[in-house]
Amino acid sequence: MSAREPGFATLAVHAGAAPDPTTGARATPIYQTTSFVFEDVDHAAALFGLQTFGNIYTRIGNPTNGVLEARVAALEGGTAALAVASGHAAQHLVFHTLLTPGDEFIASTKLYGGSINQFSHAFKSFGWEVVWADPDDISSFEKAVSPKTKAIFVESIANPGGVVTDIAAISAIAKKAGVPLIVDNTLATPYLWQPIKDGADIVVHSATKFLGGHGNSIGGVIVDAGTFDWSATDRYPFLSKPRPEYQGMVLHETFGNFAFAIAVRVLGLRDLGPALSPFNAFMILTGIETLGLRMQRHSENALAVAKYLAAHPKVEWVSYPGLDGDKYHALAAKYLPKGAGAVFTFGLKGGYEAGVRLVSSVELFSHLANIGDTRSLIIHPASTTHRQLSDEAKVVAGAGPEVVRLSVGIEDPADIIGDLEQALAQL
Amino acid sequence: MNHDSYEDAYIRAILDGVRTIAVVGASANPVRPSYLVMTYLAERGYTVYPVNPGQAGKVVAGLTFSRSLADVPVPIDMVDVFRAPEHVPQVLDEVLALAQRPKVLWTQLGVRDDAAAARAEAAGLQVVMNRCPKIEYGRLSGEIGWSGVNARTISARRPKLMGQGVQRLSIATRGPASER
Repeated sequence: MSAREPGFATLAVHAGAAPDPTTGARATPIYQTTSFVFEDVDHAAALFGLQTFGNIYTRIGNPTNGVLEARVAALEGGTAALAVASGHAAQHLVFHTLLTPGDEFIASTKLYGGSINQFSHAFKSFGWEVVWADPDDISSFEKAVSPKTKAIFVESIANPGGVVTDIAAISAIAKKAGVPLIVDNTLATPYLWQPIKDGADIVVHSATKFLGGHGNSIGGVIVDAGTFDWSATDRYPFLSKPRPEYQGMVLHETFGNFAFAIAVRVLGLRDLGPALSPFNAFMILTGIETLGLRMQRHSENALAVAKYLAAHPKVEWVSYPGLDGDKYHALAAKYLPKGAGAVFTFGLKGGYEAGVRLVSSVELFSHLANIGDTRSLIIHPASTTHRQLSDEAKVVAGAGPEVVRLSVGIEDPADIIGDLEQALAQL
Repeated sequence: MNHDSYEDAYIRAILDGVRTIAVVGASANPVRPSYLVMTYLAERGYTVYPVNPGQAGKVVAGLTFSRSLADVPVPIDMVDVFRAPEHVPQVLDEVLALAQRPKVLWTQLGVRDDAAAARAEAAGLQVVMNRCPKIEYGRLSGEIGWSGVNARTISARRPKLMGQGVQRLSIATRGPASER
C-alpha cells in the first residue's frame, strides 16, 4: 500500500486480515481450537511472560479473534482492541481494569437498560459505585466528579430514545478530572461516528448489534484509543504498577499506547474468562465487511420511516435526531453527518393498548428484544422489557405506556413503511 | 529528514537490512522493556549485543553484555538506544568514534533528540526515533495482530513464515515471488 491512509470501506474489508500464512486461505479461517502448540520450552516461557507475540489458549487470544480486534481498532482509529463474549462482558472487563472496591464512576442516565442494571446492581457487589449524570445537562457530569471518580461512561447515540451525547464536552470534563472517557459506540458504529476523534479514551461495543449486523452472534469489543496517560498518577495500578501476575512487569511501561488493550486481556479476560468463540468472531468479521453499506442504508431507511411516522395522525411524537426540529438535531448535525442511525422511539396517541396492538399487527417487523439486525425490529417496552417497573419508573426510563422502539432494517423502505401503515390502520 | 512519522518502507528497509544490533542501556531483568526487545530481536534472527557497563561480561538468554559500544566484538549495523533523551548525544559520540561506523541510529519510544539526529544523518547514518523495533517488526510482519493491535498496514499478500516453526513470522517481502 502507498503511504496514504486507507479509507473506511477498505479497512472494513481488509484491516487485520492478511491471507493465512500457512495455507494461503484468503478469508479469515475459523481457528476453532482451544490451544496452540509451542515451538519449544523457551517459546512457551516467552509467551507466558508476555515477551513475544503469539497464541497460547483461546481464553487469552485466538488468531480469528485477533483479526476482529485489529479490524475494529482500525475502524475506530484506536491502537488495539480486545474481543470478548458480549457487550456486557466488555464493560465488565473495562471497569475491572480501572476500578477497585470503593471507587466510583460517572455514567449517563441515558443508557441501554441492561447497562443501567449492570451498573446499579451487579457492579455494586464488586464495590464499584455508579454516580449518574444527565447528558442533557453537561454540568451534571462536572458536579458528579469526586476524588473517588475513576472513569466516565456514556453512549454515543443512546438506546432507546435517539439521544445524541455531546462527547467533546464530556471529554473536556474527563480530561479536567484526569479520568478516562469510555464511550459505548454500539448504536453509531465507527461508520457514523468515531468517538476517539472527539476525545474518547476507550470505546466499547456490543458487536451483537450493527458490527455483526445480522442478528446471529453475541460478542463484544473493547478499543484502546492509546490516548490516556496511565502513569500520570498511581490511580490505575493495573497499568502503572508492577504486576505480581507477570513477575513485576509494568504494563504501561512495557506496552505503551496499547497497554490498556493488553491489560484487559491479560488481567481481565485471562482471569475472569468471558472469551469470544472464534466462530462468532468470524461471523462478526463477515458482517463488518459491509458495515458502511449497511449503516448508510439503515440510516436512510430510518429517516424515511421517522418522517412517515411524524406525519401520521395516530402518532403523538417521534424521537429521531435525524429529523429537523428534533431536540438532538444540532448535535446530530455536528457528530453524525452521514446519518443518525437506525434505532429510535415514537409515541402512539392510543397509549398502552395501541402499543400492544401495533406489535401484534406487524408482519415484516419482528417483535423481539434485539437491535441492529438487517431485519426491521419492533418492541413495546412497557409490555415487555420494562414490564416490571412502576408506571412512573417506566416514564423515567423512556418506556412510557405509549412508547414503541424500532430498529429499522435494510429492507426496501416502501415495504417497511407499508408494514407500519397496515399495522397503524388496525389501531 | 522529518522524524514526526516514518513511512513503513523506510522502517522495513532498515529492519530488513541490518543484521547486528547493539542495545545500549539493556537490562538483565526479564520484565524490563529493553530485555523484552533484545530477546525478541535475537529470536527473529538478529545478532544482538546488549551494552551496559554494570552488566559487562554477564550472559543473559544467550546474549553477552558488553561494557561499551567500543567493546562489542563485531561490527555493528544498528544501535538501539534505551537511554533517556539527554544521553543520546553522548551515545552518538561513541557511535561516531567506532572504527566501523553503524548504518542506523535507533532510539526507543519516548526518546527523541532532533539535533543529535541531524548530526547522525550528516555523518551518513539513518535515524529512527521514538519507535520500538520489536513493535515495528511485529507490526510489519503481522505478528502483532495476534495481540489485537492495529498494525496500520493492509496487504492481500501472504505473510512469510520464519525459517522454522509456525508461531514466527518474518518481515521478508510477502508473496511467492520472493522466497529468500
